Amino acid sequence: MTTTIDPPERRETAVDKLRNGRAAVADRWHHAPRWVRWVLLAAVIVFFYALPNKEFYQYLGPIPTPGANFTQVLFTVSIYVLLAVGLNIVVGFAGLLDLGYFGFFAVGAYTVAVLTSPSSNLKTLWPWLLVVPIAIALTMVSGVMLGTPTLRLRGDYLALVTLGFAEMIRIAAVSSTFLKGQRGFSEIPHPPGKYADGRPFFGVLDARPYYWLVLTLIILVVIGVRNLTHSRVGRAWISIREDEDAAQLMGVPTFKFKLWAFASGAAIAGLAGALFAGKQNFVNSQNFELLNSIIILAAVIFGGSGNIVGAIVGGGLVAYMIERFRGIELFGIELYEYRFLFFGLVLVIMMIFRPQGLIPNRRRAAEFKDRRKEVIVGE
Amino acid sequence: MSDTEQTPAVPAQAAAPAVETVREREPLLEVDHVTLRFGGVVALNDVDFTLYKGEILGLIGPNGAGKTTCFNAMTGIYQPTEGQIRFRGEKISGKKRHQITRMGMARTFQNIRLFPEMTALENVQVGADAHHKTSVISALLRLPRHWKEEREGREKAERLLEFVGIRKRMHEFARNLSYGEQRRLEIARALATDPVLLCLDEPAAGFNPAEKEELLQLIRQIRDQGVTVLLIEHDMRLVMGVTDRIVVLEFGKKIAEGLPAEVRDNPKVVAAYLGVPDDAA
Repeated sequence: MTTTIDPPERRETAVDKLRNGRAAVADRWHHAPRWVRWVLLAAVIVFFYALPNKEFYQYLGPIPTPGANFTQVLFTVSIYVLLAVGLNIVVGFAGLLDLGYFGFFAVGAYTVAVLTSPSSNLKTLWPWLLVVPIAIALTMVSGVMLGTPTLRLRGDYLALVTLGFAEMIRIAAVSSTFLKGQRGFSEIPHPPGKYADGRPFFGVLDARPYYWLVLTLIILVVIGVRNLTHSRVGRAWISIREDEDAAQLMGVPTFKFKLWAFASGAAIAGLAGALFAGKQNFVNSQNFELLNSIIILAAVIFGGSGNIVGAIVGGGLVAYMIERFRGIELFGIELYEYRFLFFGLVLVIMMIFRPQGLIPNRRRAAEFKDRRKEVIVGE
Repeated sequence: MSDTEQTPAVPAQAAAPAVETVREREPLLEVDHVTLRFGGVVALNDVDFTLYKGEILGLIGPNGAGKTTCFNAMTGIYQPTEGQIRFRGEKISGKKRHQITRMGMARTFQNIRLFPEMTALENVQVGADAHHKTSVISALLRLPRHWKEEREGREKAERLLEFVGIRKRMHEFARNLSYGEQRRLEIARALATDPVLLCLDEPAAGFNPAEKEELLQLIRQIRDQGVTVLLIEHDMRLVMGVTDRIVVLEFGKKIAEGLPAEVRDNPKVVAAYLGVPDDAA
């Protein structure tokens, strides 16, 4: 029996050390003068803008992915970050468990595909830039359409309905002739812009411009989300998450704000979908597996739901981890094949040692701390 | 209609000097022959009383008498099976809960229901937001309305926290406040919605005598600011000490109504509620 008690205690101290270390960092951050924070933030942003240059990343040791084009990976990662920031509004702030978030991504991507691709039946061939706002608007509308009947449901029921929604979109993409199924849409135009010598800025080979574009949009979206969460809207969302009945009785029009959470989250996913389509040039039904919804949800929880920085870190790390396994062989086994096994393992370990996520919102951290105490008392 | 004439007439005249606020006799909330059934269970049976502007009305009764059910019907959580509830002359049923709050009715909860992961200040700000109009667009673009309402809400919240005496703790999370502070915070949050009528559901539950005394003072102060108070309470001393009138429920029926002294001497009430030896509680 002693053996079973021993190891957790030893691990506990290691974890505690880590935890204290992080707390110290967080403490320093909060007590640092304003300019220090701005400088650090600027440095981080510059770092990420510089990241996709080989002259820079070759010095970063094991960070670049061996089995895949690092710039491509960065683009994928940035899309996941954008999605995690969007889903964090719905799950983290408003507390609505949305398992079908990737469905909105699909709506965004397909809107762009249908309206711009020559292989679409509509033959509109509109430019990419014009279609982006349409895609965002349409995903918002689809969010409102899904939300209006379903946001009266709570908890588990909402999760089931949103899961169904994502599947509906996927099945429509697979089997509807209008959406072309596996054959998909090709020749989707890229974003506009040219170099001085006339070469298009957003080309086929170089993924860097797309990454920079997404990075810029992430910054804008984060500013927007921050504005929302530090206002009446954010307070309404959190109050709904905390106690929906009490929120209603304190005069919060809960349905309206839940719908707004859904619509804002959807809009961000729509934007991500449009960016993805503009980069990929090709959209077909295989891009929108259910697994993606789950990965993003896992990313939000992994990073710390209810915290914007947490969502960014979670989305980035999860997407990166999955790609990092590509091209690594161990004892003749291609690790990439088992990537979700590792992913699952990491999640399980996380949930044991840090259930509130990597960078939880301070409130969550307090809550879990309390629960910890309760458990100990209970024993 | 008959109830508005019948109930107040006699005691009001008799007690007018003692209970001066009741003189106005302007009905604020009318519970008009309300019956509420859950399947076969009759939770409220033809309950009928009126709450007048400026008074403190106590709603009492033994456990399971239907006090909280009545309370929930009044705040729009349950729809009456028969009869209706009018607040400021308007029917409550069919209105959304947040609309009822905006009409000027606020409440606290028997088992505290704060937003535990928000600070005390934020909790009160949510209440203040009931009358704000900032929505996604103005918040996203930081339009002047956002700044104006944010400042107003913040000032109001700080003022109310000061009023209930927990201003020092305003940046503390609600879950970290002590029990008494949480009860006070609930009152501050309810007051932030600018209520005409404040409904307190057993606000003194779990309080010691000193805390109860402070609460009494607080309730009186709230009334003095022109807010009508409906009080559900177990503690008879508290009820007798602060209310202007009392309505007694038993098994979902109103068995008595009147001034505290009258109710105390009413044999029905004594039998139902005060008959137990812990009269003085």
